[in-house]
Amino acid sequence: MTENNNLLVKLDNCGVYKSSKWIVRGISLEIHKGEIVTLIGPNGSGKTTSAKMILKILKSDEGQIKNFASKMAYVPQKINIDWTMPLRVVDFMKLTSHINNLEIVDALKLTGVDNLLYNDIHNLSGGEFQRVLIARAIAKKPDLLVLDEPVQGVDFNGEIALYNLIKKICSTLNCGILLISHDLHFVMSATDHVICLNGHICCSGTPRSIVKNSAYIELFGEHNATTLSLYQHDHDHSHGTDGRVTNNV
Amino acid sequence: MFDDFFTRALIAGIGIAIIAGPLGCLVIWRRLSYFGDTLSHSALLGVTLAYSFSFNITFSVFIISAVVALLLINLQKRTKLAGDSLLGLLAHSTLAIGLVLIGFLTSIRFDLMGLLFGDILAVDVEDITIVYLGGATILLILYFIWKSLFSATVNYDLSAAEGMRPEVSNFIFTLLLAGVIALSIKMIGALLITGLLLIPAAIARNISSSPRQMVIIATLAGVVSVIAGLFVSLEINTSSGPSIIVVALLLFIISLIPLEIKGQLQK
Repeated sequence: MTENNNLLVKLDNCGVYKSSKWIVRGISLEIHKGEIVTLIGPNGSGKTTSAKMILKILKSDEGQIKNFASKMAYVPQKINIDWTMPLRVVDFMKLTSHINNLEIVDALKLTGVDNLLYNDIHNLSGGEFQRVLIARAIAKKPDLLVLDEPVQGVDFNGEIALYNLIKKICSTLNCGILLISHDLHFVMSATDHVICLNGHICCSGTPRSIVKNSAYIELFGEHNATTLSLYQHDHDHSHGTDGRVTNNV
Repeated sequence: MFDDFFTRALIAGIGIAIIAGPLGCLVIWRRLSYFGDTLSHSALLGVTLAYSFSFNITFSVFIISAVVALLLINLQKRTKLAGDSLLGLLAHSTLAIGLVLIGFLTSIRFDLMGLLFGDILAVDVEDITIVYLGGATILLILYFIWKSLFSATVNYDLSAAEGMRPEVSNFIFTLLLAGVIALSIKMIGALLITGLLLIPAAIARNISSSPRQMVIIATLAGVVSVIAGLFVSLEINTSSGPSIIVVALLLFIISLIPLEIKGQLQK
């Protein structure tokens, strides 16, 4: 029973059918509180579509979805804000929740962009916008956080810091995290459960078990698969957004 | 004070401008200007039906606009024709049906010009009551669905994922748009309603840096256009509806001049 109390989402043999073909099919997975589940797979393998099913943006055309999450937050892969909409970072942060400026600044501090509070959202760089997107999702204090390629366009040091932040958020908020990522290094070092997609679930399991799986090796090539699996190690320090070394928590 | 036709026109026009402000911003943000056009063209059919069956005009226009809006949503699901083609199809066919029906109404004297361009100087106290009651209802509903509507305007997926139910607010918004057209057809006319929705919001975009600011400025710009337009029309004896739009256009041109206030208005 305790296991069930922690269950946030359960997909049982779900799929999305569009323009006379199955985009993804046979997706079964579970996300629990305090757990990071990662979707990996080549382009067009249905990662985003699966995430949208979990978020109830898309309906599953077969199978069953059980969603127990009370508050979900989403960092979409692509978001275009039209110029006709005057929008500052502070307005964007309040988009779907009623939070005060203090909470907004706190969240922006976590991703290192609190100085952009009153900036026009159209003038942010790709990396800055990405940081605002992540901060907005965190500020909601969700119990299920879905991140679709959250660090795209972020510089290398920032990437590490943001991935560490995601890991930290998972434990401090005790929320479940669904991550779509190309960064196999992070996936293998910090994820609890990896799901390898290619229109269906090729293989899934713990990072350690998956790197030995033949389906995974076939999908990512032997070279990548083995190099990255050897890369499992812990950092003894990390860097702030300005490059300074900060202590690991 | 309601005795004077000019005062009545001012009061009714200001009411319309206040409703048009926030709705106009949403129309601009969502790129729905042609949609507004289609609804107002179909309004003609609504008016004709109202005359044929002696309905209330506002009510009849609202129903027809709402039906056309829902028809559009339905058509979009059935065919792969682009949105603007479908809008054109609906706009011109409803306009044509309306004009054909007018041909049957030989017994009634029909002011086509008044219908197309409105006659704000002819409003009576009942019209004013309808504008203010209807307007208050529209604004109240808009207030309650604003967060959902606004978040869906920025990003639909995000809004849907985070429990804002955007499909519901989108549907209600369509009805509100039909509502504002129904309220203003008699005063502004089918051809100029979209102008009163769009131009104040466009003025506001040029000089605002946050959504709330844009809504406030759009409303003010609409009110100023109505007041100045009506006085101009009285002074130099021009038709009132078009005069309001011309004033709005002048304000738009002024708003293009980069304003230093922009930075200072930022909170």
